[in-house]
Amino acid sequence: MKISRYATQWAAKVIVWMGAFSTLAVMIWILIQVLMEGLPLLHLDFFLDSPRQMGRSGGIFSTIIGTMALTAVAIIIATPLGVGTAVYLKEYTRETRLTRLIRFGTDCLAGVPSIIFGLFGFVFFVIFLKMGWSILSGGLTLAVMILPTIISTAEEAIKAIPRSYREVSFALGGTRWQTVARVILPNALPGILTGVLLGVGRSVGETAPLILTAGSSLLVPTSLFSPIRTMSVHFYILAREGISMEMAYATGAALILLILTINTLANWLLWRYVRKKRG
Amino acid sequence: MIKEKFLEKSLFLVALSSISVLALIAFFIFEQGVPLIWKAGPFSFLLGERWFPSQGSFGIFPMIVGSFWVTIGALIIGVPLGVACAIFLCELTPAAVSAAFRPMIQLLAAIPSVIFGFWGLIVLVPLIRNYLGGPGLSVLAGSLVLGIMILPTIISISEDSLRALPRTLKEGALSLGATHWQTIWRVLLPAARSGIVASIILGMGRAIGETMAMIMVLGNAVQMPDSILSSTRTLTTNIGIEMGYATGDHRQALFATGVVLFFIIMGLNTLALVISGRRRS
Amino acid sequence: MGSTSVQPFAESLAEEYMVHYPQEKIYVQGGGSSAGIHAVRSEAAQIGMSSRPLMPEEKDLIAIPIAYDAITVIVHPSNPLDNLGTEQIRRIFSGQMKNWGPAGGRNHAITLVTREEGSGTREAFQHLIMGKTEISLGALVQDSNGAIRQLVADDPHAIGYISLGLVTDQVKALKIDGVEANVENIKERRYKIVRPFLFVFKASPERQVKNFLDYILSPPGQNLLVQEGLVSVTTISATPPGGAPSK
Repeated sequence: MKISRYATQWAAKVIVWMGAFSTLAVMIWILIQVLMEGLPLLHLDFFLDSPRQMGRSGGIFSTIIGTMALTAVAIIIATPLGVGTAVYLKEYTRETRLTRLIRFGTDCLAGVPSIIFGLFGFVFFVIFLKMGWSILSGGLTLAVMILPTIISTAEEAIKAIPRSYREVSFALGGTRWQTVARVILPNALPGILTGVLLGVGRSVGETAPLILTAGSSLLVPTSLFSPIRTMSVHFYILAREGISMEMAYATGAALILLILTINTLANWLLWRYVRKKRG
Repeated sequence: MIKEKFLEKSLFLVALSSISVLALIAFFIFEQGVPLIWKAGPFSFLLGERWFPSQGSFGIFPMIVGSFWVTIGALIIGVPLGVACAIFLCELTPAAVSAAFRPMIQLLAAIPSVIFGFWGLIVLVPLIRNYLGGPGLSVLAGSLVLGIMILPTIISISEDSLRALPRTLKEGALSLGATHWQTIWRVLLPAARSGIVASIILGMGRAIGETMAMIMVLGNAVQMPDSILSSTRTLTTNIGIEMGYATGDHRQALFATGVVLFFIIMGLNTLALVISGRRRS
Repeated sequence: MGSTSVQPFAESLAEEYMVHYPQEKIYVQGGGSSAGIHAVRSEAAQIGMSSRPLMPEEKDLIAIPIAYDAITVIVHPSNPLDNLGTEQIRRIFSGQMKNWGPAGGRNHAITLVTREEGSGTREAFQHLIMGKTEISLGALVQDSNGAIRQLVADDPHAIGYISLGLVTDQVKALKIDGVEANVENIKERRYKIVRPFLFVFKASPERQVKNFLDYILSPPGQNLLVQEGLVSVTTISATPPGGAPSK
């Protein structure tokens, strides 16, 4: 029995539609699951109060500080390194074996599993450099993890700048560095910022490497050398220990909201950038 | 001029940061792990079926098998769904709809793995336990969660590959009388093949490297799974779950597990790069 | 830092202590008994928490029991069994008995769960109950007492072991050989699956450390621990807790 091409097409399209919608459905299910139980529990006190009784009560203030501090350290270290690498690759050299090696290295770094970063951070920052379990150790480990992302997006942003910009700058007598600093970077800024925001998003979500390098203290940190627990780590511990399911849901909801905000910001920036380029 | 030279040299050093870090990571992990692989004997480490650190047995074969099955499971779920979504976004919907879809996929990619693990623990595990049997914490749970987690990777890269195809390809096929679906199935997909395969390999890399969500839903029994309903542990969860307490040989054995992981991921990465031919942005 | 079994109690103590003495700061960290002891030696931490006795090579440090903890075997509240013999427990945890039927329970496979290798609680369980019998490699593994409790609370056919202090009404603690795990039985040495929680420190502790330790051993400190489910050091007094495998 020969099935007509059109019947096959219809069947295939139905399957594809079903596939796409089940994907969408599952995505929404996961988000709704946490948000539904968690959102009602979010109120101002939750954010301003630190966890008490090991997380059974109180809020998540210290974890918010921890998350912010770790992310800040990571961004401060990774951004100059990442942008610098991208600038060098695009502006100062041509495609050579070295540049291909650097790119390969960056891609490999991007693929390293987070637990390996955790092991590395533990043995290198915590033990070897004697930084102990601290914001510094955790932040440096995160910096290394988000470096490839920043390099890639910065490179894309710089690549997108039309050659004419550079030619004009050189024609006017500008040095390479002046061109970079005054023409390239300002124009690539939105793209670079998107990369930074992606890095922030990743930092917020990481858990395994942070448990091994930043510790899990519930106290508000007093210095870069204090141990700290981030929101993700707190969520993980609450969820697994069954200490308080409500607190777990609430922390999870807060986490999702944070990620949503960061993502929306990144998208908005990208949209504005694309519009500016068109207009 | 000196300033220019100085800046160029500094930027050169900065650019070396990513490979230097990679080398550092490799160095420290190997330094901790390799001595133990040597001490236990590479074959008995890799192929040994008993992992019992308190008695000095360090065989990681069950974990290799566990990683393997969970990853295959994740691909079985993630690849068809992912490619279907890519086709959907690229061919079957107007640009406005796919533009709306894209932020959702990005959001999915940004959600922390612990949230996925949590959902798996709260929703999937009880379902599996009550309707399919076994403890619920199983290869099946792990594959499902992991499959969902790698969807964004597969979707976005496959979609990019499809979109990058020249329009003439599609127009040519249609003008020769092929239906839309025939065009997709026989012309576009094969043409985008290298990109799709690259996305699969990257998805595989992500799946093999996942830790937290897997600790939450796999059950972590130190055995080779004998069905998709049985519990197991992966190379990553082996490290994650025992690192907290491990000292001495035990700790080095965990680093050694890391060494094995490192090689596997590097191998996959190289494969992906070779297949995609050019560096994907 | 140190044992994750001791950790929740140390954190409660620290929290209370810092309420009374706000200028003191105490950071509590997990990592395991061995890691904690190691940290004290390398001076990364001033106090190590341990749920196992010091080994001979660690005797240069001082260990003080701050409380005693019983390990209980737990099952789901709906499990019809109330009591198991030591021999039965051994056969279940080694994987020899795979079904609840022969023990008198429902005819269903047993879901076995244990702590991970290296855990002080697991070592204590091995030492105090299992003796020479190995825990089955097919057992599910969770990396904290709380996670085990959670698993047993969710799975009607599960069995595991946790600190007595962590038992809630989400799970049921079994009697072992007819003896229930409670303070009375522990005091009378009838329930023998007991281990000391130790605070470990270097020979001459700083004043801060001494103050915290004094607080812990004082009535308010001990009361806090008793409220949380541990057994006070004063209850056990001179005689050391049961260390040999029972029977």
